[in-house]
Amino acid sequence: MKTLGFAAGVAATMTLLSSTSAFAVTEISWWHAMTGANNEVVEQLSKEFNESQSDYKIVPVFKGTYPETLNAGIAAFRAKQSPHIIQVFDVGTGVMMGAEGAVKPVADILSMGGAAFDKSQYLPGIVAYYSKPDGTMLSFPYNSSSPILYYNKDIFQKAGLDADNPPKTWPEVFEAAKKIKTSGAANCGYTSTWLTWIGLENFAAWNNLQYGTNENGLAGTDVELKFNSEPFVKHFQAIADLAKDGTFKYGGRTSEAKQLFLAGECGLFTESSGGLGDVIKSGMNYGLGQLPYYPDLEGTPQNTIPGGASLWVFGDKSDEEYKGVAAFFTFLSQTPIQARLHQVSGYLPVTIAAYEETKKSGFYDKNPGREIPITQMMGKAPTENSKGVRLINLPQVRDIENEEFEKMLAGQQTAQQALDNAVTRGNKAIQEAIGN
Amino acid sequence: MSPRVVFPNKILPYLLVAPQLAITLIFFYWPASQALRQSMLREDPFGLSSKFVWFDNFKKVLSDPNYLNSIQVTAIFSISVAAVAMATALLLAVMAEKVVRSRGLYRTLMIWPYAVAPAIAGMLWLFLFNPSIGSLAYGLRWLGINWDPLLDGEQAMVLVVAAASWKQISYNFLFFVAGLQAIPKTLIEAAAIDGAGENKRFWTIVFPLLAPTTFFLLVVNTVYAFFDTFGIIHAVTGGGPGKATETMVYKVYNDGFVNLILGDSAAQSVILMVIVIALTAIQFRYVERKVHYG
Repeated sequence: MKTLGFAAGVAATMTLLSSTSAFAVTEISWWHAMTGANNEVVEQLSKEFNESQSDYKIVPVFKGTYPETLNAGIAAFRAKQSPHIIQVFDVGTGVMMGAEGAVKPVADILSMGGAAFDKSQYLPGIVAYYSKPDGTMLSFPYNSSSPILYYNKDIFQKAGLDADNPPKTWPEVFEAAKKIKTSGAANCGYTSTWLTWIGLENFAAWNNLQYGTNENGLAGTDVELKFNSEPFVKHFQAIADLAKDGTFKYGGRTSEAKQLFLAGECGLFTESSGGLGDVIKSGMNYGLGQLPYYPDLEGTPQNTIPGGASLWVFGDKSDEEYKGVAAFFTFLSQTPIQARLHQVSGYLPVTIAAYEETKKSGFYDKNPGREIPITQMMGKAPTENSKGVRLINLPQVRDIENEEFEKMLAGQQTAQQALDNAVTRGNKAIQEAIGN
Repeated sequence: MSPRVVFPNKILPYLLVAPQLAITLIFFYWPASQALRQSMLREDPFGLSSKFVWFDNFKKVLSDPNYLNSIQVTAIFSISVAAVAMATALLLAVMAEKVVRSRGLYRTLMIWPYAVAPAIAGMLWLFLFNPSIGSLAYGLRWLGINWDPLLDGEQAMVLVVAAASWKQISYNFLFFVAGLQAIPKTLIEAAAIDGAGENKRFWTIVFPLLAPTTFFLLVVNTVYAFFDTFGIIHAVTGGGPGKATETMVYKVYNDGFVNLILGDSAAQSVILMVIVIALTAIQFRYVERKVHYG
């Protein structure tokens, strides 16, 4: 800073033109993990914010994938070089929350910006996920998404299925998948990205089943996993059976399965609503539906839980810098900006006003299906099972789940064994992580 | 053994090695000491609270069945990579010796893959053998092989071994070609006159005389398979399916950078450090003496 100031001073005396505002601008660094079209949105938003006022300057820095960005932030914090704002994916939420003292709650920061912070303006399902048990909002929801069903209308027609009415329940999905396979309309009937996030975490919430104790970790860090109960076993055994003859095809641990759907190899596909952009871009004749559920379970469908990422603020900054962060978050919350973000990216709007605005503009009438992730999440008041899943070491638990699923899909173990193993190993890892 | 060279200047030699020493200190001793310290701490990712636990992390790591699995995976992987990469390279080197015309071109083509970065090599093989879009995967399926490395652990292992070996063949090839050229032609010609066939000549003359090269490459290949194949595994399998291709180095990364268990991860890297030191010691103290240098 000193040398910078000195250099600027020299420049000023030499040219006598340098404006004093150059010294007053507070730089706010923002580390993010957005690529492609979403990266352009980040750049655009930063530019618009910087042009809208002259006190603060947002400097976005791309830091790699979600885990890489989180690690970079942690390493930077340990070296006392942390950025102001860091984008952390949903799975990292528990990690950040465990770091009391390292982060500053967004609720505190927003009220530092002058304007009173009104939580009721934000979508409750999303805010609940990013809040402490006492209701304090800890991070700013930036890009939220929810899993939905995609299907290939051409394959549906070839298989003799109704292309305007996608299957609504899991038994219907499995039936349709078998028909696609046996009719030869496609090589595989059904595939899915993120078996952990969609198949376990959202499956539990949407079917109102318990994933773990302590409200799936939202009420406390000491969680005992419970996802080896009968409905889970039944569901995964059905998938394992379909995998035997290729009716279900496994793509990979994260979003690799998207390739299978885009290549026209699979007719049905469950994936994040944030993946819509690529499906549109591929030019395929696609249809959208709600995430399937089991109708025989009580109270189904309940509600889905958000995925995506939120913005966290590190706790070792000055008040002046926090004011800048608050100004930026207030800027992001503006209705026109949120509405635009939602319509361009396929991510959910963060504020209720932006949702209403989009609705009024007739966007959902023109783009049927785009409202599905919002209604799925907002349709019902969440229960203890459906507020979200928060574990201090969720990345590790997901790894364990993936490993057991892979062994199951390879035919080395049954669904019961896979889920039992995942629960036992996961519980052990959680106990170690909370220090027992 | 060799005559001692004495520099008249007392300070200059130290100045000359100073840059090298500085680099070693900053890039090796400093991080190594940090790893050693971290391996005895139990800490949250942010370093907000930490506890000194002596050797608890080592005890935990060594009694973890997943770690024992990664040792086994590493052994299978390293032996396979070294064997495949060296055998193929030796065969190619011997063949390239026989080529009369445009020998240079053949050699250049052979050395080419060495210039490819590990992660790129990994992606290349991943695409070729991707079950849904890979062109070679189609071929395998056409042959009746149920090719699915995403779920089949053995096929995944074959894939990473192939990718890792492919990258190392060029390097081995280069050394074998040099080694072959150092063998006096007169020996081979004499054997030929005595009526030794091609096979006999290779196994009784060429192969033993190549021993120093082979031994050197064995160490280099083992170290390569241990430490330089992270990029390939990361790009091709990510350690999966299950834990079928999770080598010790990959587990260090996974536990430290994905799961954020820094103590365990540091303990594992200390164990790896001990292994490297042992490998090097074996190389210089023990085996090197027994190799026949022609």
